[in-house]
Amino acid sequence: MKTDSILEKVLTSGNLAVTSECGPPRGARPEVIKEKGELLKGIVDSVNVTDNQTAMVRMSSFAASIFLKQAGLNPVLQMVTRDRNRLAMQADIIGAYSHGINTMLCLSGDHPHFGDHPMAASVHDIDSIQFIQMVKAMRDEGKFQGGADIDNPPRMFIGAAANPFADPFELRVARLAKKVAAGVDFIQTQCIYNLDKFELWMEGVRARGLHKKCYILAGITPMKSVGMARYMKNKVPGMDVPDEIVERMARTPKEKQPEEGINICVETIERLKKVEGVAGFHIMAIEWEKKVPEIVERAGLLPRPQL
Amino acid sequence: MDNFEPVIVAFCCHYCAYTAADMAGSQRICYPANVKIVRVPCSGRVDAIHIMKAFENGADGVYVAGCLEGDCHFKNGNIKAARRVAYVRKMLDEIGLNGERLEMVLMSAGMGEHFAETARRITEKIRKLGPSPIKPAALSGAGVSRGAEAHT
Amino acid sequence: MITAERKPLDELIGYVRPYERILLVGCNECVTVCAAGGRKEVGLLASALRMSLLQGGKSIDIKEITLERQCDPEYMEELVAHIGGVDAIMSMACGCGVQEVARRFKDKPVFPAVNTKFMGASERQGVWAERCQGCGDCLLGLTGGICPIARCSKQLMNGPCGGSTKGKCEISPDVDCAWQLIWDRLKELGMTDRYEEIMPAKDWRTAGGGGPRKIIREDLAE
Repeated sequence: MKTDSILEKVLTSGNLAVTSECGPPRGARPEVIKEKGELLKGIVDSVNVTDNQTAMVRMSSFAASIFLKQAGLNPVLQMVTRDRNRLAMQADIIGAYSHGINTMLCLSGDHPHFGDHPMAASVHDIDSIQFIQMVKAMRDEGKFQGGADIDNPPRMFIGAAANPFADPFELRVARLAKKVAAGVDFIQTQCIYNLDKFELWMEGVRARGLHKKCYILAGITPMKSVGMARYMKNKVPGMDVPDEIVERMARTPKEKQPEEGINICVETIERLKKVEGVAGFHIMAIEWEKKVPEIVERAGLLPRPQL
Repeated sequence: MDNFEPVIVAFCCHYCAYTAADMAGSQRICYPANVKIVRVPCSGRVDAIHIMKAFENGADGVYVAGCLEGDCHFKNGNIKAARRVAYVRKMLDEIGLNGERLEMVLMSAGMGEHFAETARRITEKIRKLGPSPIKPAALSGAGVSRGAEAHT
Repeated sequence: MITAERKPLDELIGYVRPYERILLVGCNECVTVCAAGGRKEVGLLASALRMSLLQGGKSIDIKEITLERQCDPEYMEELVAHIGGVDAIMSMACGCGVQEVARRFKDKPVFPAVNTKFMGASERQGVWAERCQGCGDCLLGLTGGICPIARCSKQLMNGPCGGSTKGKCEISPDVDCAWQLIWDRLKELGMTDRYEEIMPAKDWRTAGGGGPRKIIREDLAE
């Protein structure tokens, strides 16, 4: 075991892991985070806390993660390279570890263009792959990126994102290989609707044995409505929503669409359970966190292993 | 102003617009004396600065007349001229001179009546717009550059 | 070249309004090539400024002069003959030139007439695009001749990110995904195994992170 992370324990035990996500509030509202956390207690192994997602300012992932930790959950600290240089990142990592946070996700981050501060300067001192390398060296060599020794190095379980649906497809396995070579422990994918494409990607992943070198959690997001399906299909970069999904939602009467969205979700999980190399699920129910318990239960993933 | 007679400079390309003007003349079709024709080998010869100088020197209106699309003797001089005219129109708006005082028109060599009609139309348009706001100063020679270029 | 765009006219009119006699200085290099501040643009701007101020009843004397370059002190000496009686200077050069003018003529207020944009190249007539950000440690040989710092919106050294869509950047369909371009070029060159070599974190000191930069050539400097 590289760390004390519960997520690592579940994954190494051979159980399918379940993680979810919560977005911190757009203001100084600790109770919002605590409420979201309560919904997920006992339902998931770890909870990702997003970091200024879509480049909109929210309570920092670090602060929100502390609230979750205090509430007895296992936060996954998401950190983007867009907003911090390597000094600030390393400072936040040892700070978070000092608060008992031992799992994190290394990301580049959405461009400020999409957010509420398009006028801000992006940092990108390092990219997500160099970030993984840095955290690995902090943990395994006990050294800061600049070379000096760390007094009590942070033992972080290191995660990153993968998007089998972004272009160019032919590079998406190689990019995962780069993250694995950099030292990533686990991967959460972009939410999956196009199962054929995902399985094609997994073939490439398995051909290179990458599924044995890192744990891959399949991303799942329930659709609330046909409007959401269309929006995600047309307006979100790097998202692949097949026409059949949109049509299926469109055929469903409006008041039944949320239920159908959950049905699709559960079916997707069942199909993905059979895909070799899928080590678990990352359920991103954006602003619909209350549905996560139902999804996890219907997908037969409860109770969560107590290790 | 009751007796305002606009001064209009028309840059006319030799191959089409100027020939059309000639045709109007030989057919005895009248067009206003307000229009002062400047013959150029191609409307594409007209640069932004020529238009600006015309206004600086007191013109109330300017138009650039070139060949019909596809007919330019120099291939696409008329298209370049049209782009420049659009650019200067914006500049005129930005300095409060009103881009409507400038136009790009296209015609063929045989269009004598059209030449005259255009001259009349534009003269009336400028008459309604009134004299150029810088005219009094321009005519008195104040502020206008003559050889202000200090170095070639 | 260094690219620039002329500032909005109302801003420039605001700069010169308080003065009686100004020197408008163009530059025959980069800003000429991108049609922002060369001889032609000097003529146009002078004409526009005159006509604008005349409407307010003000007659301004604008002397027009275009130097070979404004970033070399030798060329600046040409202005000395024309500086007499001038109460302000407006430079149409890039930021480098404007500062050199200010440095040479310390007692005259100097105003920039253009917004200096980026180091770029011409894509076609009338269109210039950013190519280089002067990082000081060029790695173009490793990326098939395409710069990930200047052309990737997130300056990723190990891209592409998950937002790359049909060869375009997530921020706009008008912006190429630099890493798609790099990958395509590596394929054409038969250098695809380069892709999986991890580019380590960059030392940004050469890019200005270590303070304003200077080059001193021992063999040339006195």
